[in-house]
Amino acid sequence: MDNISKEYLIKLLEKGKRIDGRKFDEIRNIDISYDVSKHAEGSARVKFGDTEVIVGVKLEVGEPFPDKLDEGTIIVGAEMLPLSSPDFESGPPSIDSIELSRVVDRAIRESKAIDLKKLCIVEGEKVWIVLIDIYTINNCGNLQDASSLAALAALKQAKIPEYDGKNVSYKNKNEKLPLVSLPIECSITKIKDKLLTDPSLEEEKMMDARLTVGITESGEICAMQKGGKGVLTIEDVSKMIDISLKNSEKIRKLLK
Amino acid sequence: MYIKRSDGRGFDELRKIEAKVGVVKSANGSAMFRIGDTIAIAAVRGPRDLYPKFMQNPKSGILRCNYNMMSFSVDERIRPGPSRRSREISLVTENALLPAVDLEEFPNAVVDVFVEIVQADAGTRCAGICAASLALADAGIPMRDMVCAISAGKVGGKILVDLDKFEEDYEGGSTDMPVAFLPRRNEISLLQLDGGMKKDEIIKALELAKKSCEKILEVQRKALMEKYQHG
Repeated sequence: MDNISKEYLIKLLEKGKRIDGRKFDEIRNIDISYDVSKHAEGSARVKFGDTEVIVGVKLEVGEPFPDKLDEGTIIVGAEMLPLSSPDFESGPPSIDSIELSRVVDRAIRESKAIDLKKLCIVEGEKVWIVLIDIYTINNCGNLQDASSLAALAALKQAKIPEYDGKNVSYKNKNEKLPLVSLPIECSITKIKDKLLTDPSLEEEKMMDARLTVGITESGEICAMQKGGKGVLTIEDVSKMIDISLKNSEKIRKLLK
Repeated sequence: MYIKRSDGRGFDELRKIEAKVGVVKSANGSAMFRIGDTIAIAAVRGPRDLYPKFMQNPKSGILRCNYNMMSFSVDERIRPGPSRRSREISLVTENALLPAVDLEEFPNAVVDVFVEIVQADAGTRCAGICAASLALADAGIPMRDMVCAISAGKVGGKILVDLDKFEEDYEGGSTDMPVAFLPRRNEISLLQLDGGMKKDEIIKALELAKKSCEKILEVQRKALMEKYQHG
């Protein structure tokens, strides 16, 4: 980002305004659509303003982890497609895509959103592996919250295919995936002393630091990640959690 | 409820800490940081030329961190080489250290920080950051502050600091929140959370972490003095 637009943005912020006219704690319009890819066990497209991601969930039969023999497993991956931004390139996963997917994973895993015990087929031998894949379609900032919400939306309507002990029948899906909690992630960036909810791309590019907070229905914080090169104070963290608590409730209501 | 810690410590008490500066002789700066049974060593190489050239920044040197766990540092062997976990920790380590260093004097150069976990008993990223901060100071890199890191959290309903492996895996519920402070500036440069805590618990844990970081700073200061007073 060039210095002129940076200076302009900061001047606006000092007047209490954001470049797209939003209030500091205001999230963009969120749009969720389901069933965007029919072969997936569950899928969703989520838009935060012009930011757009697609998430698909696939289920496979595999082996459990040696320390959790009676539980299914979750794997989250993220592809930051070159199609979605001039800043993304093809090739092995970038550090940003690793962070994106690991922070999405953290909220789902730590809130125990999926009842993994119900995904056990034969203890110690066969369990369902839940593969959650995130594809970015357009990056106008805050891919984190959009991806997290899309993952949840896709999980919410995912169905388990039939399995006869040998083959998975992907044509027949009946039972719903046991989703028992809805952890919502809210990201807030800090620029100078201003805290901005649901950052736009411009805001992300000039941020000092970012905090992503994952929140469950009961108002418990199940995941956090500080991002960016700058610092936060305890007061910042306190304010950021308050704003996130408020916004997470609004966002959760959008999930049908 | 978790009434007594498995090793008898107080809830605000850290495990025994040892720090030593200058453990890798050929490096520009280095340090060992041990907390309980977690042992990290860090070495700084540079400022040195950065290649490929397109990565160079003519306005400032860059900081590059690499965190790695030795394959035998845990019970179940870790496959050598980078993993998604280690790459994420390398990133957050870099972000935790960056606010403390000033690399403007070194345009186009890189300062490489290598962190190796020799033995792991929880809190490895924090031990790594503590070692790295010492190594940067030892290398004479201009710094605004030290960086001290500790894991705070909630185990079996109790807010506490410096979780060991037993506590991290505690069956009655465990929340791990690694935090790094720039202690004199009172700024947070690392903050992550895995588990579940309410807001007031998080603030309480942050205050505990802040106090603990002051203790860590004292150990770091002593380690640096030891080398530069006698060595």
